Amino acid sequence: MSGTPPTPDRGAPGGKAASAPLLGREAEPTLFELSHPGRRGWSFRTSGIPELPVEELGPDAHRRREPVPLAEVSERDLVAHFTRLSHRQFSVDLGAYPLGSCTMKYNPKVCDAVAGLPGLAGVHPAAPASLTQGWLALLVELEETLCEITGMAAATLQPAAGAAGELTGLLLMRAWHEARGSKRTKVIIPDSAHGTNPASVTLGGYEVVTVPSDDRGCVDMEALTTVLDEDVAGIMLTNPNTLGLFEEEIAAIAAAVHRVGGLLYYDGANLNAILGVVRPGDMGFDIVHMNLHKTFATPHGGGGPGAGPVAVSERLVPFLPGPRAVRLESGDQSPVYEWTVPPQSIGRMHTWHGNALVLARALAYILANGGDGLRRIAETAVLNANWIRQRLSGTYDVPFDRPCMHEVVLSVRTIKQAHGVRALDVAKRLLEEGFHAPTVYFPLIVEEALMIEPTETESPQTLEALAESLERIASEANARPDGWMAEFPHGTPVRRVDEARAARTLIPTFDARD
Amino acid sequence: MGSYIPHTDDEVESMLAFLGLSSLEELFAVVPEALKLQRGLELADGVGEPDVMARMEGFADRNRARSDHLICFAGGGAYDHEIPSVTRSLAGRSEFVTSYTPYQPEVAQGVLQAVFEYQTMVARLAGLPVANASLYDGGSAAVEAVNLGVAASGRETVWLSAGIHPHWRQMLATCAAGTGHRIATVPLVDGVTAWPDVGPPLDDPPGVLVVGYPNYLGCIEDLAAARAICDRTGALLVVGADPVAAGLLKSAGSWGADVVVGEGQVFGTGLGFGGPYLGLFACASAHVRRLPGRLVGETVDVEGRRAYVTTLRAREQDIRREKATSNVCTNQTLMAVTAAIQLGWLGTSGLVELARRCAQATKYTRDAVLALDGVDAFAGAPVLREFAIRLPIPAAVAVERMADAGFLAGIPLAGEFDDGEHGLLVSVTERRTRDEVDAYVTALAKAVAS
Repeated sequence: MSGTPPTPDRGAPGGKAASAPLLGREAEPTLFELSHPGRRGWSFRTSGIPELPVEELGPDAHRRREPVPLAEVSERDLVAHFTRLSHRQFSVDLGAYPLGSCTMKYNPKVCDAVAGLPGLAGVHPAAPASLTQGWLALLVELEETLCEITGMAAATLQPAAGAAGELTGLLLMRAWHEARGSKRTKVIIPDSAHGTNPASVTLGGYEVVTVPSDDRGCVDMEALTTVLDEDVAGIMLTNPNTLGLFEEEIAAIAAAVHRVGGLLYYDGANLNAILGVVRPGDMGFDIVHMNLHKTFATPHGGGGPGAGPVAVSERLVPFLPGPRAVRLESGDQSPVYEWTVPPQSIGRMHTWHGNALVLARALAYILANGGDGLRRIAETAVLNANWIRQRLSGTYDVPFDRPCMHEVVLSVRTIKQAHGVRALDVAKRLLEEGFHAPTVYFPLIVEEALMIEPTETESPQTLEALAESLERIASEANARPDGWMAEFPHGTPVRRVDEARAARTLIPTFDARD
Repeated sequence: MGSYIPHTDDEVESMLAFLGLSSLEELFAVVPEALKLQRGLELADGVGEPDVMARMEGFADRNRARSDHLICFAGGGAYDHEIPSVTRSLAGRSEFVTSYTPYQPEVAQGVLQAVFEYQTMVARLAGLPVANASLYDGGSAAVEAVNLGVAASGRETVWLSAGIHPHWRQMLATCAAGTGHRIATVPLVDGVTAWPDVGPPLDDPPGVLVVGYPNYLGCIEDLAAARAICDRTGALLVVGADPVAAGLLKSAGSWGADVVVGEGQVFGTGLGFGGPYLGLFACASAHVRRLPGRLVGETVDVEGRRAYVTTLRAREQDIRREKATSNVCTNQTLMAVTAAIQLGWLGTSGLVELARRCAQATKYTRDAVLALDGVDAFAGAPVLREFAIRLPIPAAVAVERMADAGFLAGIPLAGEFDDGEHGLLVSVTERRTRDEVDAYVTALAKAVAS
């Protein structure tokens, strides 16, 4: 391979946010400190309904004597406060956010418009199917689309996030085994897995069995074989795995797990890498969760809402949560949609029908990109990650130095040994360059890990700028005195925060201060 | 069409050349050929924004039950409250919408501080000292509360009031298949929970009691009675509280709740066909180390300035893995920020006014509906902002007829409460006018008479 750095067409990088003016050096007061007794922002509709004093509303024994103390602010001050807070927040819309495993791609604005349509946003979830045919049709179309993308037979759209999808999948696994009269106790998870996997396994009533990765970063087949027995309910895998590597032995893994009567669960956190290229169903997976907020750009909302639909192979369809929207055969008539509960359903995983407006956003995103565009997304995401890997392979350690998929895991190990600079320091220093930091210290099996996922929506110019920043940081680690890097960041709204103090002296609300 | 990928063909070629590759296909050389999809995805080709909007509007147009067409009298945990422009505008700011979990606090103070303010408001509503950064919805908050309660009490038997939302009860039963919790449903009598006598020693004492406040039928439960059972048996008291009713009712915390959960949709999040909503979760200090989900705490930065950070992370699954208190990672942060904005807009007096308006509209409507021939109260217990009635015809039929008259009449209680199918749950929010209510009552009279 060529070692010559590329020279993308010049032009400023669209994803570098170092120009963002972060005003001022003072902390923003809380809303409670901005409060002034008697001030108000609220107003309500003129209803004409006869007014009653609170004494005539509800039983006296239960009546509150003092109002719930909330902030009292004008609408103007409310707007100023939350606008200033928004100025203290990095986001995808501000700049590149190469947070590995999280797929922080650009979120198309058309999806915001879709989520605001009164005919979708204004629908009560308990309205009968006869009055919500549009919503049911939308859910059915999304389910069919997700099944085509993953190669599965049917899906539930109820789980509200990836971890909820994992628990749904494990309960499906349990119900399936129990229906066959099979008592199983263990679920296998690789040591590179997301932390939600083992936590979900526990909630599913199973014991976690961890299998190590081999020296190529994939599941150690020999170790897997030794733990596979008739007590194994299944295995949870992410493919590409959290090292950004494709599990090439997946067909052999599937055969081995199926041989002992186990099921394969696909953690879809990394689905972006393989859209239109290879499908979990074709790899042998029985249960697949997707993170629509990642792969299908429904935005992450500062930590949610997400959506974590779970698709299954034919034999697990009877166990899916209910109710599920289905299309009824109607001959030449336009189709009619109805709710049904699968015959051996595990039950319900959401108060209503899942994060419906997130589901609508995902369908809009898929319609915009189309089947052809989805494949292009995977190709470009993988191209960007490999470009970063190749570009930085002489600068940082690459623990598994072979082609990656949509993300690459680098290590700061050598730099740390020489200069004491840690992955955390690199991350904090990068913030000052106008980029969000990569994921650090994950996966756990890589020392001083920097997990970089550029996604397909960052341009070559942005990648170039990101690489230059990371190279600059590595050379600073060399040139600057020990401890210099640990001082960063300087220009962010706050500098490094005292996390130990937060845990030691817990202040979870404004009322717990002092 | 509709692509959000910036790369030109020339740029792709130059990047491939840098990698020593000649085609994009070669990027996937590691994927075994036999597994690859040998065709394109059977999905339509991508289209531009106007076509996307047209397709999605096509779905929207087929929903008759939209709140701008059918006047909404349905509640049951999803309410048609006013959402002011200020909430829509601020909650839609892309810094909140397009960021993720605040892993780097130096550049995430906006979300962290908003969540800290949200936690403070939720704690004050609940009358408890700690609240988390949100869960998926009311039902998922109830599941997590029961998990906490079982862990804290060391007993797996759960006494679940039949007055808890039927969907929450289904979720609790579903998740119990994994955890092994034993759920005993305690029936209602005249709208409120009829707890068993705990005078004599119990063979299988409960570890957790779960009760609504008000409950699904809108009835106000006697939390003192539930607390007394907990004191006698050592169980934890989990209360599913309506946070709007909290504007007029004594807090669940003041009645001795150990955990208070609720549906936070009422604070600035639209009906949205049931999601995304917001799971409220507050608890007593004793349980903070078992708290599910994320928690934001106040601290300082290296210069001593006030700062916020997610804290007590040792509970969480990325650190504790299979020993974590919960598997929740992504939550509903944007809805939590939205709730903080909405509660900031309402303020101390606005929450009281909101609850008062809901309650007086409910009383006005209930009095008028109960005066109709053949319409009876479903239960005698006092209500505040929601009520159930018994109709002379199946409630599902009434809902269909009322839709033709321009109303979403309520939620049929279809068999959930041993009454046949004639029960209807009706909710009246501050958005309803006297004219709307009068027209509703007239239409209902006609619907049940024909």
